[in-house]
Amino acid sequence: MSGNADIYHEMIIDYSRNPINFGKIENPDVTFHDSNPLCGDSIDIDMKITDDKVSDIKFHGKGCAICMACSSVLTEITKGKGIDEVRNITKHDVLSELGLEHLQAVRIKCALLSLKVLKSALYSYLGTHMKDSQDVDKLKEEAANLY
Amino acid sequence: MQSAQTTFENLRKDFPILQRIVRDNKTLVYLDNASTTQKPNQVIDAITDYYRNHNANIHRAVYALAEEATELYESTRDKIANFIHIPNREEIIFVRGTTEAINLVAYAWGRNHIQKDDIIVTTEYEHHSNIVPWQLLTQEKGAKLVYIGMDDNGELILDDLDKYLATGKVKLVTFSLMSNVLGTITDAEKIISKCKEHGVLTLVDGAQAVPHMPVNIEKLGCDFFAFSGHKMLGPTGIGVLWVRKSVLETMNPFHGGGDMIREVHKYETTWNDLPYKFEAGTPNIADVIGLGTAIDYLTKLGMENVREHEIELTTYAIEKLSQVKGLTIYGTKDISKRGGVISFNFSDVHPHDVAQIIDEEGIAVRSGHHCAQVLMERLNVAATSRASFYIYNTKEEVDSLITALTKVARIFKL
Repeated sequence: MSGNADIYHEMIIDYSRNPINFGKIENPDVTFHDSNPLCGDSIDIDMKITDDKVSDIKFHGKGCAICMACSSVLTEITKGKGIDEVRNITKHDVLSELGLEHLQAVRIKCALLSLKVLKSALYSYLGTHMKDSQDVDKLKEEAANLY
Repeated sequence: MQSAQTTFENLRKDFPILQRIVRDNKTLVYLDNASTTQKPNQVIDAITDYYRNHNANIHRAVYALAEEATELYESTRDKIANFIHIPNREEIIFVRGTTEAINLVAYAWGRNHIQKDDIIVTTEYEHHSNIVPWQLLTQEKGAKLVYIGMDDNGELILDDLDKYLATGKVKLVTFSLMSNVLGTITDAEKIISKCKEHGVLTLVDGAQAVPHMPVNIEKLGCDFFAFSGHKMLGPTGIGVLWVRKSVLETMNPFHGGGDMIREVHKYETTWNDLPYKFEAGTPNIADVIGLGTAIDYLTKLGMENVREHEIELTTYAIEKLSQVKGLTIYGTKDISKRGGVISFNFSDVHPHDVAQIIDEEGIAVRSGHHCAQVLMERLNVAATSRASFYIYNTKEEVDSLITALTKVARIFKL
C-alpha cells in the first residue's frame, strides 16, 4: 500500500501555494463561512449569481494544503455552472480531480470543507429565493444528507 | 546507585507500546504527551489485577472483596495527598478529568457564589476547559469574564490582573500552571498572593504541570486545583479536584445519587461527609487504582528528576529545532519558565500537512488549535504543530523529528 504522504503530489502543492479564485467578491449575492472544529481550518465562499448561473466565485480563509487545493479545484469546477449543476457536484467530483479518492478519514473533512461551505451558500441563496415551501423542505433534506 | 540518566533509559521497557511499529515499518516516536501519555505495564497490570481479583463495589458491602476494593480505591487518595502535598485527604474529589473538575467548580461553587456584575478572570493561554465553563456561568449570571493578556514571549501580563483586582468585583481568578500549547510555567505564587490580598479565590489547572514537575499545593496556597490521570501515566477517565475545606463546605453537591447522601427521605436529603458528598454513584474504581499505581511510578522516579529529564530534552529540542530554516517556535526560550511542550510552525506549511508527512516516519505530534483557540487568535495563527515530551522520550527521538521535518521541506520545496 502506498503511504499517506503520497497525497502530497505536485498538483496539491501547486494549488495550495497558488490557490485559484482566492480572495473576496465585492457585494456578493451570497456568502457563507464555516470551519472545521477539529483543526480550526476556516473557509469563506462568496458568489455572484446571474441568470441562475454562478458568474463568479471566490474563496478565502486558512487551511492545510489539502483544504486549499480542494477549494481551488471546487471553485474552478463551479465557476460558470448553472445552479442545478452546482447542486449536483459530489465529493467524488472534487476528490477525483486531485487523486484523493482514498484519503484517510481524518483528512476527508479538510478536503470537503469548501464543498460544505459551497453547498451551504447555495442552499442559503436558494432558500431566500424560493417561493414554494415544498421546494424549501426538499432542499433542507438534501442539505442534511450531504455528509 | 543508578544515575538519573540510566534510570530514564531503562524505563522504556516498561512501556510495551513504545515497541510498536507503525505505518511503513517505522518505530513509533510518540511526541504527543501533552495530549495523553502512554501507560507502563505496572498501571495496565494494576487495572487488570483489580478486575481479575478484587472487583466489587466500594464503601458499602461488608464482604472481603468489597473491603479490598475500598482499600485500594482509598489508598489512591492518600497517594495523591502525599504526591502534591495536601494536608487533608477529604479535600480530594475524584472526577473524570480536569474538564469535569472545572465544570464541577463552575456549577457547585459558581452557581451560589457568582452574581450579576461579578468578574471572573482567566487568561489568554487557557485550554477551552478553563474558558467555556466560565462563559456558561457568567452568561447565566450576568457576570463578566475577562482575560489576563499574554506578551509576545508567551508570558502573562500581570498588570492586567492588578487592574481587574482593583475593581473590587473579582470573585475568582483561574489559570493553568503550565500552558498546554506554549509550555509556559505560570508564576502562580505571584498571582495567588495578589489575589489573597484582595480576598479573591484562585483555581489552578494543573493538568500539564502535575505530570511534569513537583507541585506543592500547601505552598501554592490556591483554593481549587485540578488535574487529570491520563496525562501522567494513568488511565483515561480519572482526574482529581482538590478544594480547600473552608471553600468546599460552602459548596452544593454537583450530582445527586448514591454514596453522596447521609439520609434520604421522600422530600429531603442530608449530605454525606467530604469528599463523598461530591462523589455520587459508583465511581471509576479501576482507574482510580490505576492512577494510584501511576503515582507510585512517578514517586519512585522522583518528580525533580522528571523535570530535570524534560529540561535536558527540551533544551536539546529547542536548540535543534531553532537550526531548522523557516521554523518558528512559540513561547519563551527561557527553559526555567517552560515545560516540555514545543509548539511550532514550519514556514507556510499548515500543521496538518506537517503532521501527516512526519506520521509516515512514525512520528506522532499533535497539529491543530490544541483546544486553545483564544491563544491561537492571540498568536494570529490558525494552528500549530506541537511536540511534547515525557519521561520515556530520548534525544534520538528528537533527532528523528528533525530528520522527518527535512522531508516536509523537500515535499513543500522550502
